[in-house]
Order: sequence, then C-alpha cells, then structure tokens
Amino acid sequence: MAVAETPPAAPVTPAAQATPIAPVTQVAASTGPLVPSGPPRDGPIPPIRAARTPRTDCKPTKAFVPEPHLDLSTYEADADLMTLSLGPQHPSTHGVFRVVLYLDGEQIVKAVPYPGYLHRGVEKLCEKLMASNITPIIDKNDYVAPMTNEQAVNMAFESLMGVEVPVRARYLRTVLAETQRVASHLLWLGTFGMDLGGALGGGTSLFMWCFRERELILDLFENLTGCRFHYNTHTVGGNRHDVPAGWPEMLHRTLGAIDERLDQYLGMLEHPIFSARTKGVGVIDADLALELGLTGPLLRASGVDHDLRRDAPYHAYAEVDLKVFVEDAGDCWARSKVRIEEMRESIRISRILVDNLPPGPICSTKPLKMVGQHKLPPGQVYVGIETPRGELGTWLIGGGANKGSSPYRLKIRSPSLHACAVIPYVLPGCSLSDAIAILGSLDPVMGEVDR
Amino acid sequence: MNEALELLANPWIHGFVFGAVIVTALMSVTAYITWFERKFAARLHSRMGPTMVGPKGLLQPIADGLKMIQKEDIVPRDADRLLFNAAPAITLFFALAVAAVIPFSPGLLASNLDIGVLYALAVSGLMGFPVWVGAWASNNKYALFGGMRAVAQAISYEIPMVLSALVPVVLAGSLSIGQIVEYQIEHGWFAFWPPGPGIFAFVLFMLTALAEGNRIPFDIPEAESELVAGPTTEYTGIKFGLFASAEYIHSLLASALGAALFLGGWDGPFGIPVFWMLLKTCMLFVGVTWIRWTLLRFRSDQLMALCWVYLVPGALGLLLITGLYVHVRG
Repeated sequence: MAVAETPPAAPVTPAAQATPIAPVTQVAASTGPLVPSGPPRDGPIPPIRAARTPRTDCKPTKAFVPEPHLDLSTYEADADLMTLSLGPQHPSTHGVFRVVLYLDGEQIVKAVPYPGYLHRGVEKLCEKLMASNITPIIDKNDYVAPMTNEQAVNMAFESLMGVEVPVRARYLRTVLAETQRVASHLLWLGTFGMDLGGALGGGTSLFMWCFRERELILDLFENLTGCRFHYNTHTVGGNRHDVPAGWPEMLHRTLGAIDERLDQYLGMLEHPIFSARTKGVGVIDADLALELGLTGPLLRASGVDHDLRRDAPYHAYAEVDLKVFVEDAGDCWARSKVRIEEMRESIRISRILVDNLPPGPICSTKPLKMVGQHKLPPGQVYVGIETPRGELGTWLIGGGANKGSSPYRLKIRSPSLHACAVIPYVLPGCSLSDAIAILGSLDPVMGEVDR
Repeated sequence: MNEALELLANPWIHGFVFGAVIVTALMSVTAYITWFERKFAARLHSRMGPTMVGPKGLLQPIADGLKMIQKEDIVPRDADRLLFNAAPAITLFFALAVAAVIPFSPGLLASNLDIGVLYALAVSGLMGFPVWVGAWASNNKYALFGGMRAVAQAISYEIPMVLSALVPVVLAGSLSIGQIVEYQIEHGWFAFWPPGPGIFAFVLFMLTALAEGNRIPFDIPEAESELVAGPTTEYTGIKFGLFASAEYIHSLLASALGAALFLGGWDGPFGIPVFWMLLKTCMLFVGVTWIRWTLLRFRSDQLMALCWVYLVPGALGLLLITGLYVHVRG
C-alpha cells in the first residue's frame, strides 16, 4: 500500500477522515439531510444532497466578461467575411459537430458552435428505465470512456438509495477508472495526431500506435467483463464481474508495456513541428476556463489546480497519493502535456491498487429482477466524478415511473459540452489550421455533448 | 531491323515510341508505388497492409483502379463543367511531361533537350495551376482554400527549387540533364564533389520537391484534417484517381530529377546503367515516403515563413558560393 494519508489540500468531511474508505452514503449524510420531504411531483423539490464536498478555494471570477469574437466593427458588412461551415460532416470535428466560421482570408473572425446533431434524448429515456437498464444506456454517452460514465450514474443511484459499496468494488472501480483514463487519453492522442498530421501521413502513424496500445486495454476489459467497449459492469452497490484469475498480472503486463512507450510520446512533445503547431495556440486563461466551467485536463492545463479525485475523493482515491499535473500556459501544448503525464500517473495508481485489492464481496446488492424491487427514495442527489474529460456530474431526482424504480429526472453535466463552450472565445484570431488543432486539443466527445 | 532503326531516327516517331513506352511504364510503376507505399506505411504502423487481392496484395492497385473507374462520376451542379472535367487531365499531363527529359540511361530518354533542367522545372512548376483551376471550378469553399494554398505554395517553393537546381547547372556549365550526368561521371557526384554547396543544394532540392509534390510536412493544400481533401474535395472516381496519380508521378519524377542532378544519374560501379538510375530514384522515393509517414504537418503561414525567411536566402547564398567556386577554378 503506497500511502494512506489524505492529501493536504483536499477538503474532506469528518466521516471520510475517520474511515478513509467510508461508503458514499455516509459522506452524503454528513453534508445534507438524508430524508427528503415528499415526492418531487407535488410540492417543492427537496434540497440537494451533495455526495461530495463542494470546492471552495477556487479562484474567484472577477467581473470578467469574455469577448467572444474579434472586433467586428472593423468589418463593414458580413459580405466581407467568408462563412465556412465546419461540419457537421467534417473529418476533424470528432463526430457530428458544426462550427460556423467567419473568415477573413484564413483568419477566423468569429466562430459559432452548433452542437445537437447527436442528440438522442438519453436523459428523457432514463426516466422510463430502472437503474440496471440505465447503466448500458449511459455507457454510450461518452463512448470513449464508458467505464467512468457507468460509475457516475451508479454512484448517483447508490448515493440516493443509501446503498453501501464494498471496499473491493471501490478498489476495482478505481483501477477500472484509471485504466479507462489511459485508454481515453490514448485515443485522444491518436486523433490529435490525425488533426495535426493528416489522415495520410505522420498523424496516422501516431493514431495507429495509440490504437495499438489502446487495444491492449480493451483486451484487459474484455477479459474482465466480456465486452470490449460498452461494459455494463457496474451496478448499484458494486460491480457485476469480479476479477478473474490472472487478471492483475495481465494488467501489469499491459500497463507496463504502455508505460514504456509513454516516454516516446512525451519525447514527441518536443518535436519542432509538434511544438510549432501547438505552442501558443488556443490559449485559454484561467479566468475564462473557470468562467465557462471547464474541468479536467483543460482546467489543469490553464493553471488551475483542481482535480476531484484529490479534492473530493471517491472510490479509493483517498488511499493513494495522487499527483495532479498542472501547466500554466493554457495552450494546446500544455493540454497535451497534462494528458500524457496523467496517463503515466493513472498507470501508476492502477498498478498499486490492483496489487492491494482487498478481499470480500464485489457487490452488496442482489441483481435487480423485477420492477419495484429497488425503489428510489424521492430525494435528489448530485454526484460529480473526474472522468478523463473532466467533471461528469449526475443529478438524480428519485421517485419516478415504474413504481418509483426510475428516476423522476436524470440530468448529466458533461465536461465536453463545457469544453465546446470555449470555441467562440478561443478560435477568433487563429487560422483555419489552428482551429483544427484547438478542436482536437479540447477532446470533445459528441455523444456526451449532445446526449 | 535496320529499317525500324531508321524509322526511329525520325524525331516524331522517336518521340511517339519513347513517349508511349515511358508513359506506360510510369503509369504502371505509379500503380505499384501505391502498393509499395501502403505496405511500407503498414509496416510503420505494425499492420499488414493489403493482403487480400492477389499474393501479398499485389493485385491491389488493379483493384483500386477498377474501383475508381466504376465509381459514379459526380459533377457538382454549380461547378464549371468544362474546367472541372479538364483539370485532372491537365494536371496529369504536366506531371507526365516532366518525364520527357529524365535520362534513365545514355540511350533511354525521350528527348535530350539542351535546356532540360529549365524544361523540367518549368513544367513541374506549372502543375500547381490546373490544380487551382479544378479547385476554382468545383465551386466549393474547402476546394477554394486548397487551391489557394496550392498556388501560394507552388509559387513560393518554385524559387528555392530552381535556385538549388541551378547549383549543378553552374557546376557542370550546361542546362542539359544528360550532360550534367556525364559531367558527374567524369568528375564525381555533385552531392559529394566538390564538397560544400552540392550536398546542401541536394537537401534543399529534395525538401522543395516535397513541398512541390504536396507531401507531408508540406501538404497544406490537401490537408485532409482541415480542408477535407483540399482541391480534390468534389472529385470522385477516376478523376480523383488522376489527381492522385499525378501527385505520385510528380514525387517519383522529382526523385528521379534529384538522382540525375545530384547523385550521378546512371553512374554505377558495374552492370547496366538504367538499373542504377532506377535504384537511386527508388531510394530517394523511399526517403520521401518515410518522411511522409513520420512527420506532422506545418501550418500554412509557417510554411511560407520557412520558404521566404530561410530557404530562399539560403539558396541564393548557395548559388553565390557555387559561382565563386567556379570562378576561382576557372
């Protein structure tokens, strides 16, 4: 076991300090009333029980009004500018995303993002489903990191229902989340290379190498859950699949191999063409990042030291000494650096925790068999966890359809949507090539943006 | 037999026969170069590359060609139909026309022009313009951007390319590629002898040839991730294929030109001359391919800055040094 101490900067509740691996419900109980009053359909909605302590030491946003475009007054009419509809079908928008660019030559004057092409009504759909049905649906939201999606929604259900998660499941969830983070960042690095280097060139080489590594992680998950991509392995109260024999060794082999190759990717950051394309490009300063609600690597690359894994530990993050990487520049290069460094840290944590998997049951509840078996109490809860893209929040109001087994409302706060909000502020002044690099460095997943 | 040789002495018949031979050979070589490049890139990526069509995927280029011919030929409604259809053919014409002056061996060249170097550079420089015509005619904003970048790049990089190609011309005192090669056989390859300007001019020439051929890291006109497919965005089927093969032929002939101007052409220690010429060309092309599948892409303004700030003054300096050397040597 590496370190069993709480990181100094983390605001931790008394319950969490007493027992570092306190169940979610206890943390929740210490911050808000447990029993809400009345079903949400009639009467006022009861106050939110936060499953984590809110962070208070963020930099305050001054009277900060970001300016979304260059000075348009110097342009006489729209006829001066060429509009270019980047997307919804464009190789570099990472899905069906549309940005309308107003161009003066190759310089962008104004950029207007139009998300929504991948809207599937997931949140509405969830109002008809039970927790066990919701998990595989939420998998498809952020289809690059399904593990963390499942965890977010199941943690919300656990928190609302007051279900305790066994220690073994908490450790396993941490391992899965961190391994998923490596896979997700690898996919990001590959597609970022494609954005910078083209589909018929060096970018594809980087893409292929990253996918080669990512395949190993998918093999690992397949070995555990039977699925390569949409796992459906988390359930209310724990995990559905326990670790098979030989799995920790397989994880060590896989992550060790990836760890060795990470040096090459870090070296690539110093390549003259890579630095020329990314340094000083798409600078998001800390004020703008906080104003727009950026989280995750984007926020950390802008110089704000914020990571939910350390600041509001869930799973078994309180058990490890997590290093958080912060870069001050806020440009595409800083974002790349933060992500690649994070991969190494995730590999380290996974390898420590998988060696220290505590014995015991993997799940504290029986599988759901029929409607109404697990009733959601009519309260509401917000759970935010740190996915590879940032804070993925699930706001859950209980007491919905199916005799109270379905949520009355399920709202997902997706980090990618907030990342897309940066586009009107950062793209103006850049060239078209820079716009592609910036879009790539934001790492949005459209399934999560549009839901 | 003698009658046939006499017939060949007629310049029209000579040109036609050699032209047919060289064009046929080039087109089939180009087809197999795509196979080679796919295999090569696959090895870099730890993949297999084409394996299904024929042994080792050797029939893949033929399958590709058939597929492209079968594809629907789409002309956008608002496109300039005449220019849109003419542009791919003109591009391929300019790409192939360079081959007329490449000496593959003492006897195997279509036309031994006195101004071979000038002709080759001029014709390959013209290749940027039908691309622009096609981009303009297809009435698409991405194509417009691509065509604009293509012309800007062609104009800019033409200058250091010509300046670096002038170094062997000054050294050999001739504009005929055949005579430049013979001078090298006599005095040593320009890439190595005289030590100094030759090797720099060679590197500069290959670098600008990469840019002229729209190869990564200078492929900003096509820039798939930004401009979808650049000037060829609206082209389908075999018309796209003509653009693509023109690009390959351009790279291949630029490698051949580099081999002839700087690496002694058909000069070799033993065996038949044409073998050495082809070997050097292939080695240079492998280098070009390797660079393509390794590097990322520059931004367009960085590309222009590289050209005008570093390459053009550097090439001028090289030419000055070469001139001084020739003057001192007498």
